[in-house]
Amino acid sequence: MTSELDIFVGNTTLIDEDVYRLWLDGYSVSDAVALRVRSGILEQTGATAAVLQSDTMDHYRTFQMLERLLHAPPKLLHQLIFQIPPSRQALLIERYYTFDEAFVREVLGKKLSKGTKKDLDDISTKTGITLKSCRRQFDNFKRVFKVVEEMRGSLVDNIQQHFLLSDRLARDYAAIVFFANNRFETGKKKLQYLSFGDFAFCAELMIQNWTLGAVDPQADDMDMDLDKEFLQDLKELKVLVADKDLLDLHKSLVCTALRGKLGVFSEMEANFKNLSRGLVNVAAKLTHNKDVRDLFVDLVEKFVEPCRSDHWPLNDVRLFLNQYSASVHSLDGFRHQALWDRYMGTLRGCLLRLCHD
Amino acid sequence: MPGKLKVKIVAGRHLPVMDRASDLTDAFVEVKFGNTTFKTDVYLKSLNPQWNSEWFKFEVDDEDLQDEPLQITVLDHDTYSANDAIGKVYIDIDPLLYSEAATVISGWFPIYDTIHGIRGEINVVVKVDLFNDLNRFRQSSCGVKFFCTTSIPKCYRAVIIHGFVEELVVNEDPEYQWIDRIRTPRASNEARQRLISLMSGELQRKIGLKVLEMRGNAVVGYLQCFDLEGESGLVVRAIGTACTLDKLSSPAAFLPACNSPSKEIKEIPFNEDPNPNTHSSGPSTPLKNQTYSFSPSKSYSRQSSSSDTDLSLTPKTAPYPQGARIYLCPSSPSLSCGSLHLKKSCLLLSESSLPPHPSSLVSPVLRKSVSFSEELFLAASGMGSGSAGKEGGPFKALLRQQTQSALEQREFPFFTLTAFPPGFLVHVGGVVSARSVKLLDRIHNPDEPETRDAWWAEIRQEIKSHAKALGCHAVVGYSESTSICEEVCILSASGTAAVLNPRFLQDGTVEGCLEQRLEENLPAGCGFCHIPYDELNMPFPAHLTYCYNCRKQKVPDVLFTTIDLPVDAAVIGKGCLIQARLCRLKKKAQAEANATAISNLLPFMEYEVHTQLMNKLKLKGMNALFGLRIQISVGENMLMGLASATGVYLAALPTPGGIQIAGKTPNDGSYEQHISHMQKKINDTIAKNKELYEINPPEISEEIIGSPIPEPRQRSRLLRSQSESSDEVTELDLSHGKKDAFVLEIDDTDAMEDVHSLLTDVPPPSGFYSCNTEIMPGINNWTSEIQMFTSVRVIRLSSLNLTNQALNKNFNDLCENLLKSLYFKLRSMIPCCLCHVNFTVSLPEDELIQVTVTAVAITFDKNQALQTTKTHAEKSLQRASTDNEELLQFPLELCSDSLPSHPFPPAKGWLTVTVEKASPVGEGNFRNRSSPPCANSTVGVVKMTPLSFIPGAKITKYLGIINMFFIRETTSLREEGGVSGFLHAFIAEVFAMVRAHVAALGGNAVVSYIMKQCVFMENPNKNQAQCLINVSGDAVVFVRESELEVVSTQQPAANCQPSCTGGEVTT
Repeated sequence: MTSELDIFVGNTTLIDEDVYRLWLDGYSVSDAVALRVRSGILEQTGATAAVLQSDTMDHYRTFQMLERLLHAPPKLLHQLIFQIPPSRQALLIERYYTFDEAFVREVLGKKLSKGTKKDLDDISTKTGITLKSCRRQFDNFKRVFKVVEEMRGSLVDNIQQHFLLSDRLARDYAAIVFFANNRFETGKKKLQYLSFGDFAFCAELMIQNWTLGAVDPQADDMDMDLDKEFLQDLKELKVLVADKDLLDLHKSLVCTALRGKLGVFSEMEANFKNLSRGLVNVAAKLTHNKDVRDLFVDLVEKFVEPCRSDHWPLNDVRLFLNQYSASVHSLDGFRHQALWDRYMGTLRGCLLRLCHD
Repeated sequence: MPGKLKVKIVAGRHLPVMDRASDLTDAFVEVKFGNTTFKTDVYLKSLNPQWNSEWFKFEVDDEDLQDEPLQITVLDHDTYSANDAIGKVYIDIDPLLYSEAATVISGWFPIYDTIHGIRGEINVVVKVDLFNDLNRFRQSSCGVKFFCTTSIPKCYRAVIIHGFVEELVVNEDPEYQWIDRIRTPRASNEARQRLISLMSGELQRKIGLKVLEMRGNAVVGYLQCFDLEGESGLVVRAIGTACTLDKLSSPAAFLPACNSPSKEIKEIPFNEDPNPNTHSSGPSTPLKNQTYSFSPSKSYSRQSSSSDTDLSLTPKTAPYPQGARIYLCPSSPSLSCGSLHLKKSCLLLSESSLPPHPSSLVSPVLRKSVSFSEELFLAASGMGSGSAGKEGGPFKALLRQQTQSALEQREFPFFTLTAFPPGFLVHVGGVVSARSVKLLDRIHNPDEPETRDAWWAEIRQEIKSHAKALGCHAVVGYSESTSICEEVCILSASGTAAVLNPRFLQDGTVEGCLEQRLEENLPAGCGFCHIPYDELNMPFPAHLTYCYNCRKQKVPDVLFTTIDLPVDAAVIGKGCLIQARLCRLKKKAQAEANATAISNLLPFMEYEVHTQLMNKLKLKGMNALFGLRIQISVGENMLMGLASATGVYLAALPTPGGIQIAGKTPNDGSYEQHISHMQKKINDTIAKNKELYEINPPEISEEIIGSPIPEPRQRSRLLRSQSESSDEVTELDLSHGKKDAFVLEIDDTDAMEDVHSLLTDVPPPSGFYSCNTEIMPGINNWTSEIQMFTSVRVIRLSSLNLTNQALNKNFNDLCENLLKSLYFKLRSMIPCCLCHVNFTVSLPEDELIQVTVTAVAITFDKNQALQTTKTHAEKSLQRASTDNEELLQFPLELCSDSLPSHPFPPAKGWLTVTVEKASPVGEGNFRNRSSPPCANSTVGVVKMTPLSFIPGAKITKYLGIINMFFIRETTSLREEGGVSGFLHAFIAEVFAMVRAHVAALGGNAVVSYIMKQCVFMENPNKNQAQCLINVSGDAVVFVRESELEVVSTQQPAANCQPSCTGGEVTT
């Protein structure tokens, strides 16, 4: 006796959260059944393995049918085939678009292209996440990217509107899309200590201040691309380090203000010029795409690592950066105050976030 | 009588990409009705087209309106080649043809293609303007209401239950026509869908005509089935119970005044049609009013010969015509006067013309009548005609014309109802069933389906004679079914022989009084158990005792019925689903020989099924079965029998004796030991079950009962000898005379297997109950959480060495595993009861067994007091709602007088849906946006249930019958996820289409939902599969009881704006 066909269809579509998780995690039916058996469900319910198998198959089939709709979540809300209560719909969507930290760190800043997709095998082996799940997550990134790519308006809003994600998740996707678009390098060894959250934090600040949308809310691709004009202008900041008087003045202003307040004052004093040169040069180089990509590498090399080697406490970093930014306003010979604020305001936030172990 | 059908195509959404180059579609729509076709403009390059068409108007006969479906085809325009069809929507416009149902069909319908399934949705608005016509010889039967529900629908009251209506139409199956060889599968499927839609329309119209002839206005318990006879054709047949229904205001206030039209308006003010001309069911036109004073059985030419029965009943019904005549005065002052009048006559009735102990007086008369000749019996079935004839004067001429058909109708005193108004059912005799095996031949002349008619007539005749032998004049819970394999067809019919209260067959106004009287004088809940047949002249051997409840009448020791448990029945403990499952191998044979082989097997199968049922019932410690349904399916090389019923312990019936095992080989120590071991196991199981189902009847000492119960063993021996001598009434024997069941003789391994299989049935896990009836005795605190589902399983038997035992075991495991799976899947609903569990088994191919289950899981509240009876709660609720309605009477009447258009039903959450429907604002207006943010515009929820009610809610309106037939075919089975993926998707799509139609009618639920057919065929080698599904149910509007009060107070406000709401849709 073999079962040829075995289905269960409810007027309200049954969703088993545990099975959904197993499906999202990319387990095959037999693996999922084994995992469910291990969870002790048979003992709790008195069911047999055959029942579990049949149940798992049913749920998997349902999820496969739902997957097409999950690719365009508004369709899930409007479709008539599956009657699912709104709270369950939200759960289905949210879980489908949720990604693994380990996975996103691997692809963050990479081009969402076929080439990267081919590397998913390696990522799967490296992270221990099933290939199937990797594919789903990668495709989600790509799909969101494609939809919002050339859209006006706020990136987060667009994502939320077209994928009906929670605010938190939509922000994360905005960061992923932003990184993918600008191809920031995140995979270097010295960046490994950074979490997705760190990058997402930086992305949000950069979107708010450095993109086209920051100046013109009607611009195309407003939140995706950095403001080219702004990047060009950043060259003007070079004077801060190129002009020796200005640099000295800047240093003395900062040192005067911070004397006695900083535990690492002497180290700061000794390092000031290096640090300042580093930060200003990063700005000046951003006209080149390649240097944009290396932004985070540069920041870590030029600022985070020196601080770290001198064991700056985070609070000292904060005090320094605040004073460093603010002091520029007192430099009479410097004319690009607004530009400086736009640059440094964001960078200060990013650097503080990047300064940890 | 012409009508004008108006259709507007508003918009489409989620269309499939038809042009690969642009990833878009140039869609347009063809709207076809009869032979007229309209087209919309082509909406270029969009997957969400906004056609916003003009109103397409079809001027058609109402005959066509009833028969034809509205056919909407969505196509992709192609300049160079033929336009590609995207898919179709068939809309049954029948619900628009009676005034009380829906007024407009408006909503999103899934676009369905038989090859690709659902492909996007289309928004359509449909309206019908009917011109009234009083032509009595018309061919249409617009206005007759149809209900699938097998009880009197909740917001109606039965004035008269006329009786059985049946009809069948036949045609050639397009799948087997020569043209099928050259047309595409899609064209063939569509031809079939369309034909069946046409045929069911025609069938419904013809049944409607019969109902009108009987002076009824509705069909309740309407069951329509298809027989796919293959080469020999396609049969669509239907049975139902003709009734005269009256909109109910409140049965709790049992004043006969509830007949008054004003009351009706109060009850459901939204539905009331203010235009009396189209009001075909209500009592507004004089023609209709006559209905109440007019009984169809008057047309009986034989009546005179049965004058004594007649006379005995006449006084009781005499006052009625007077009361009924009140309808002739439609103005309100005379109405209140009329109510008074009626009340008086009613009182008069209960005082004078009815004896204090109706059970002792009425039933003897009935019994007498049935013990006479058939002539008398027939008269008894048409009982209650009485004095009504005197009123019928002006219609005599008409009547004479109808005599022929009316006689035909009354030929079968059958009722498809399974639940009845209180007092309707007097006694229940037992299950009667008949089967016959027929060889299919080609239907030569579709217009004269005489053979098929004759076959059914034959079977019905047999059923009738069985009922008569049981001392019953009627059959209730009646149903018919077929099983076809190649050219052999088994026709089956079954029902429950019963004695009915004649008043309901004539005039229901007594109901209130009667109900009250019954409560006073009859011991509640045992009357129906009392035997209808003569004790001294029993039709079969049965053991009788005095009723354990009233101690006055005799009752049998077990009772099998096909009906639902009567609401007032006294039951101890809870019930449970009991199934008997059986397989029999059969040699492959052709035609005649095959039919003979099957005929020979049938009696044995029936016998075994009944033995199994009886044993399982005993094992559960119960004494009665309700909702019994025995299905026998025929395959190439085997027969399958599956019986499902709900076992209960009726307080009126004696405690069932245990099961005794007797060995055939004495003097064998180990064997004896084995036997006693088994015996112990059985006894333990019975004890366990009694505990599980809370069966603890009060101890009654034997002396009180008066008739000592013999030892089970003794009794069974005694009866067995008797049963051998009576082979005349085999059906009855099977269900009742089979005292063998008490003793299981283990004489060979077979019997051993049987005993084992008895013990292998596992009870449901704790927190679960199951039954196949509407309600579960002992549970009445339902919550509103319901989940209807369909589950299908197909297993392939290994063809090697198939024996009956192996088959039985496979089949048993299949069913048991299926149930276990259901319990597991629905575990989140515990505590919960699976209600109306409906198993169907079929043998699609040689080694395949297919089992389909549809049921509803309802969660109940464990903590609430179990003692509050449902009827009580219902009554108080209705009383409460009446109070509200009374307050609203005035403004509502005003509204309904002045407004020609129908306001919308008051369902909550529905209005928002309408707004969305009414203004399909542009999706995709913005660049690249597939749809607007839609967190607030989700699809409205439509509940589906096989039950006739929705727990925790009140049905406020019936919108019409849903009867849909779909074919789905695939040539890429593997790609669609194999057979399971294919069928899973298809069933989900069918649900979706049912829900969409209900929502478009303005409803929020389908009750009495049933999947009548699910024929699945596969050819994995060719990567192909095909499936046919037929579903039906009643579309309704329900209001949650918790919201009821709020809504009813809001009604006046809502009612004052219907023109606005209506206008929104029109513009």
